[in-house]
Amino acid sequence: MTELGRAAAAALDLILSGDAELAGIVGLSLQVSLSAVLIAALVAMPAGALLAVLRFPGRGLLVVLLNALMGLPPVVVGLLVYLALSRAGPLGSWGLLFTPTAMIVAQAILVTPIIAALTRQTVADLQEEYREQLASLGVRPLAAVPALLWDARFSLLTALLAGLGRAVAEVGAVIIVGGNIAGVTRVMTTAIALETSKGDLPLALGLGMVLVALAVAINATAFGAQGLLRRVQG
Amino acid sequence: MIARRALLGALLAASLALPAAAAGKFITVASTTSTENSGLFKALLPAFEQKTEIEVRVVAVGTGQAIKLAQNGDADVLLVHHKPSEEAFVAEGYGVERREVMYNDYVLVGPGDDPAGIAGMTDAAAAMARLAAAGEPFASRGDDSGTHKREQALWKEAGVDLEQAGDWYRETGSGMGATLNTASGMNAYALTDRGTWLSFKNRGELEILVEGDAQLFNQYGVILVSPERFPHVRKDEGQAFIDWLLGEDGQRAIAAYRLEGEQAFFPNAARKPAS
Repeated sequence: MTELGRAAAAALDLILSGDAELAGIVGLSLQVSLSAVLIAALVAMPAGALLAVLRFPGRGLLVVLLNALMGLPPVVVGLLVYLALSRAGPLGSWGLLFTPTAMIVAQAILVTPIIAALTRQTVADLQEEYREQLASLGVRPLAAVPALLWDARFSLLTALLAGLGRAVAEVGAVIIVGGNIAGVTRVMTTAIALETSKGDLPLALGLGMVLVALAVAINATAFGAQGLLRRVQG
Repeated sequence: MIARRALLGALLAASLALPAAAAGKFITVASTTSTENSGLFKALLPAFEQKTEIEVRVVAVGTGQAIKLAQNGDADVLLVHHKPSEEAFVAEGYGVERREVMYNDYVLVGPGDDPAGIAGMTDAAAAMARLAAAGEPFASRGDDSGTHKREQALWKEAGVDLEQAGDWYRETGSGMGATLNTASGMNAYALTDRGTWLSFKNRGELEILVEGDAQLFNQYGVILVSPERFPHVRKDEGQAFIDWLLGEDGQRAIAAYRLEGEQAFFPNAARKPAS
């Protein structure tokens, strides 16, 4: 309990002191993870919707694969991206290793299957619900995609939040491709790992509390925005 | 609709506002957790960066992984602590030359009540032999790091065959800090570099039991990654950093660094050999 108390004190201290280093770390965490989710969403939402409405051979296999990839271990993604971006790898000449861009790429890969799988399920359910309506209007499956996505927007927000949760909380991928370089690629989770390795458990836990608080703030904002939208649109 | 657009816009703005990748000069240094965790780099680098306007980006991993990074050309400078691996790195053409920078030492830590009775021993190998005979838990890095390699050399010296070791020998497969956390949690013995130990806060009942043996000497070396092998290596900036570390300013800064009131690293760069 004293350990938890000290952690809470450390967290409060960090927040109240307006620590510039912490602000930088929090800022980078948000930038990297939000960018990764945005990029992933641009690919994953259309892909998930298409997978829901189109019928083609091997579709079942693809759905199973997509659902399984939601469990991609971050360390594995980190290693793959490292091998690709390393100077010894195919994209080495880009010099992207140990930059925030590399971290965004890794997290986007990690998050894409999550958003795509959740989108596919949501759209498939909606399509089932509207099947007769769509058929009577003679709407072809492909043409229905934008309308279905729009109708599913509130559920899709949850898919985005699930993706963001995964991105902002993972450490395995960003520590490999980012290198946890102070002031350049250090984010919340890698900072927590570092403090843990220094045996400074209260500070590590304190940083963890800041991260959780951040997640709550993001979700509260999304929840509020959702409610606002519902009211505005009736 | 408008609110949604605004939200999307905010997201876009946030993602595009990534720190404009530092336009200035920088080098990437692959180093070990012991130098990072001890806070040495944090104390050293500002003076160098201010003098040369070269930013030093440190990636701190185990010695084995640091060498691997450098072998892939993913670092400009390598600063680690395992002489045989460093010499092999240079011999294989990955590095230009190995220079000694500083040293400190390893210490054997364990529970204060010391059930194996090794406290105060000055022969590290003999202490290790006694540990093995007592079968008290020992937490090993098990990660191919410089410290892990030294530990294995000590077991060999002690005549202990790890293949035959019972479940008292526990490999954590992780960094020094994580291994010390494990040791602290189960009151196990462990071999650690002094720098990490001094900065380690979660000691629990652990304390230093054996120190001062010449076998526990821990030398750090620095190597410029070969620009011939990897044309992208920032050789001028990297060499500037190495020259500074080995020169008067760097050596003095290393000697001046205090961790919890103790000197953690001792500079011992030799004068550059006449070539």
